[in-house]
Amino acid sequence: MSQQTSDKLVIGEREFTSRLMVGTGKYASMEQMVRAIEVSGAEVITVAVRRVNISDRSKESLLDHIDLKKYTLLPNTAGCYTADDAIRTCRLAREAGLSDFVKLEVLGDEKTLFPDNEELLKAAAVLVKEGFTVLPYTSDDPIVCKKLEDIGCAAVMPLGAPIGSGLGIRNPYNIRIIMDTVKVPVIVDAGVGTASDAAIAMELGCDGVLMNTGIAGARDPIAMAEAMNLAVRAGRLAYLAGRIPKKLYATASSPIEGTIS
Amino acid sequence: MSLEIIVNGESRTIPPLSVLDYLRSLEIDPSRVAVELNLDILPKGAYATTRLNQGDRLEIVHFVGGG
Repeated sequence: MSQQTSDKLVIGEREFTSRLMVGTGKYASMEQMVRAIEVSGAEVITVAVRRVNISDRSKESLLDHIDLKKYTLLPNTAGCYTADDAIRTCRLAREAGLSDFVKLEVLGDEKTLFPDNEELLKAAAVLVKEGFTVLPYTSDDPIVCKKLEDIGCAAVMPLGAPIGSGLGIRNPYNIRIIMDTVKVPVIVDAGVGTASDAAIAMELGCDGVLMNTGIAGARDPIAMAEAMNLAVRAGRLAYLAGRIPKKLYATASSPIEGTIS
Repeated sequence: MSLEIIVNGESRTIPPLSVLDYLRSLEIDPSRVAVELNLDILPKGAYATTRLNQGDRLEIVHFVGGG
């Protein structure tokens, strides 16, 4: 078996072939979303939990468009600013989706959407005890990531840059330290703007990348979904292949012996 | 007889109903939503047997696109 087919991502009790996780927000249409997800090769897709519009039932339902046999839903707690709201949202998500996978995010600020790690740790502790498989969106802080692992989170998801910013992996050294610090999978969540950002995350040795805006916000989301699919796979292969060390001066690729004189 | 409840933050006047019948009256597929009654999750199996009472606070949520 080649490395490509045997190289699985294991989160909790589930195993995935794709290391790219994608969101379902911000698409121009359901058809575009479905096609982009398909082309991305992702097996895990994030969804948000929101009130049903009880006055206007005309809007179509997201789940009518998603093949639940093919994809693992990862409901998020986007928009929650306290541990209590995030916990409520996770309980609702489990009841709606009948799965215990949750992307836990507790935000601290509307402008940066940076995590409130104090509330995040509180919520994670409660949810792990309730049997959830918790994937927390967190700062790129190795200390917080270690605490999340010790609490029992199934993975840690440090941000590469602010949500939707497209700034890429702003602190690759922190991401590397996080990977040295925790044993659970490290998934870069947020900040990916283009294919090279995803490849860089994977070349660093991250176990996966999660993105939404990077694909949905592109001029051609379907083409970008394919680019991200390739980038994540290329980055992973390069990581496994082991890159050459960086050197300041040249080393000739052709033999020095036997040149004509 | 009718009762007043709060549904997704809005005040509603409804006849006495079970949660399941109320969802049906709103044309909501019970398998596609989660329901919280007075801050507690209501398991799907209890929709048919749980009757709504005066002053109940109901949250009905579903999945939408998100990252």
